[in-house]
Amino acid sequence: MAEPVLEVSGLRKVFGSQVAVDDVSFTVAAGGSLGVVGESGSGKTTTARIIVGLDHADAGTVRIDGRDRDHAGRKARGADAGRGPSVARSARSGRRAERLARARQVQMVFQDPFLSLDPRLPIGTALTEVLRLHHPDGDHPARVTELLDQVGLGTREATALPRGLSGGQRQRVAIAKALAVEPSVLVLDEAVAALDVSVQAQILNLLADLRAELGIAYVFITHDLGVVRCVTDEVVVMRRGAIVERGATDMVLADPSHSYTRLLLESVPGPGWDPQLITAARRALAEAEAELTPR
Amino acid sequence: MSSLTLVRRRPGFRALRVSRPWLFYICAGFAAVIVLVAVLAPWLAPADPNASDLSAALTGPSCAHLLGADGSGRDTLSRLILGSRTALLGPAAVVVFSTTLGVAVGVAAGWRGGWLDSLLSRSSELMLAFPGLLLAILFVSLYGTGLVAPIAALSLAYTPYVSRLARGLTLAEKQRPYLAAYRVQGFSNWAICVRHLIPNIGPVILAQSTVNFGYALIDLAALSYLGLGVPPLTPDWGAMVNDGQSAMLQGQPLSAIAPCLAIVVTVVAFNVVGEHWADRVANREDARS
Repeated sequence: MAEPVLEVSGLRKVFGSQVAVDDVSFTVAAGGSLGVVGESGSGKTTTARIIVGLDHADAGTVRIDGRDRDHAGRKARGADAGRGPSVARSARSGRRAERLARARQVQMVFQDPFLSLDPRLPIGTALTEVLRLHHPDGDHPARVTELLDQVGLGTREATALPRGLSGGQRQRVAIAKALAVEPSVLVLDEAVAALDVSVQAQILNLLADLRAELGIAYVFITHDLGVVRCVTDEVVVMRRGAIVERGATDMVLADPSHSYTRLLLESVPGPGWDPQLITAARRALAEAEAELTPR
Repeated sequence: MSSLTLVRRRPGFRALRVSRPWLFYICAGFAAVIVLVAVLAPWLAPADPNASDLSAALTGPSCAHLLGADGSGRDTLSRLILGSRTALLGPAAVVVFSTTLGVAVGVAAGWRGGWLDSLLSRSSELMLAFPGLLLAILFVSLYGTGLVAPIAALSLAYTPYVSRLARGLTLAEKQRPYLAAYRVQGFSNWAICVRHLIPNIGPVILAQSTVNFGYALIDLAALSYLGLGVPPLTPDWGAMVNDGQSAMLQGQPLSAIAPCLAIVVTVVAFNVVGEHWADRVANREDARS
């Protein structure tokens, strides 16, 4: 396996008495693609939010490119510190450098494309804004055109407001915005869940193409096993905050070893799908667990 | 999110909430006319507002004085026209200061949360418990009459209304993923708040400020009526009502009634415009989410 670009180890997050994420560890190879699967409330979104820095873990570390997320860019600040009169200014620019460095490590695409763009800003302006922050010296108009082209949008969309675009187009814009930062890792939190099926397929194809082209690593947070099959090399299955199964996607989907994974697979509607059987299996799983856990 | 319920109204004005667009257009037109009159006042006024024509004192409408003259023989119409300047500038200053301060306080409290939120919200509530007019009178007694003290006091008194609204809107807007997206992209809190959060909550806040404008006009007129607002010779609607009291007792009520009407109609016009605006913004928000 290649050098891992993302290393998550021993992540733990507690909300009140609820353990949302419990000792979660995984790695993603450079240019690799990892699926994080689980039903609602399994802690997969919290894991994603910790990776991108929207939440803080109670324990554990997230390392990207071998650098600790919490310490990214701190070197830049340390180098500036203690140089007499400009300490306050350099501390501020240090924080800014840290923020930008963290942003370039990992970007995120959110679930609902209808809510993840500023409704007031035309697409081109929104992209230029990101470019101006991260690549102040670049040729912005040309780069905007290039980014839009990469995600399959034309220059017509550059002047449109988000409300003038369809859900699929908006999600393409969200992806373009994330790519504008040029991150090493892209976290996609249910990125196609809000789109209808044919648009889902287009976006998944686009993501696969972009990965081949740019060599970005993906972390796919999803409940949809079809998505996992399409775009991931490896998969981890989360249940109640903990990872219950992991492995190469083909292997896990073809021959799941954990009963919960089997249950997830059986829950996908298809030929021979029987909701009652699934409910019974779910109950059996819960009972089996109750026997195992000492009271 | 219903921003409609967030805009604060005084009880008596609730009846003005109408969906009839023609009323909105009339009121918006009237508000525009008032503003225009205030801007062009010196050219519109038929006479010097402070010139006393004692032969015309306490007369009714005539060719020389279209709305009659007050007890000192000053032309009511001219004073009314020039008075619109103080009547609009005072509340405008109050609205500008209270909106700026209120947005700063409310957004800081809502965005940061924690102890800052507790501190700012409790102080806002403390301010709300204190009647604005009383605060203004206190300021006037401390710093003397003139427009500055009452405007400063009312700006402070109106800040909590704006800050509470801004805080509520910030909390609601903070849930939207686009702001989280900006954080992930490495934008500073300051840039996110100034460039994205405030412009997005702005329309609702401006609607509230338009409503506040009417209230501030009433409060400032009340202060002038009590003799605490503008300096004596400046034409002002509130002060005109005070001056007109004696004229009223002597059977020429026009010099008091005209400024009263001007105050009421202006306040109603700004209220209807603000309410209508708030409703429109609320509808747009509903359509968006």
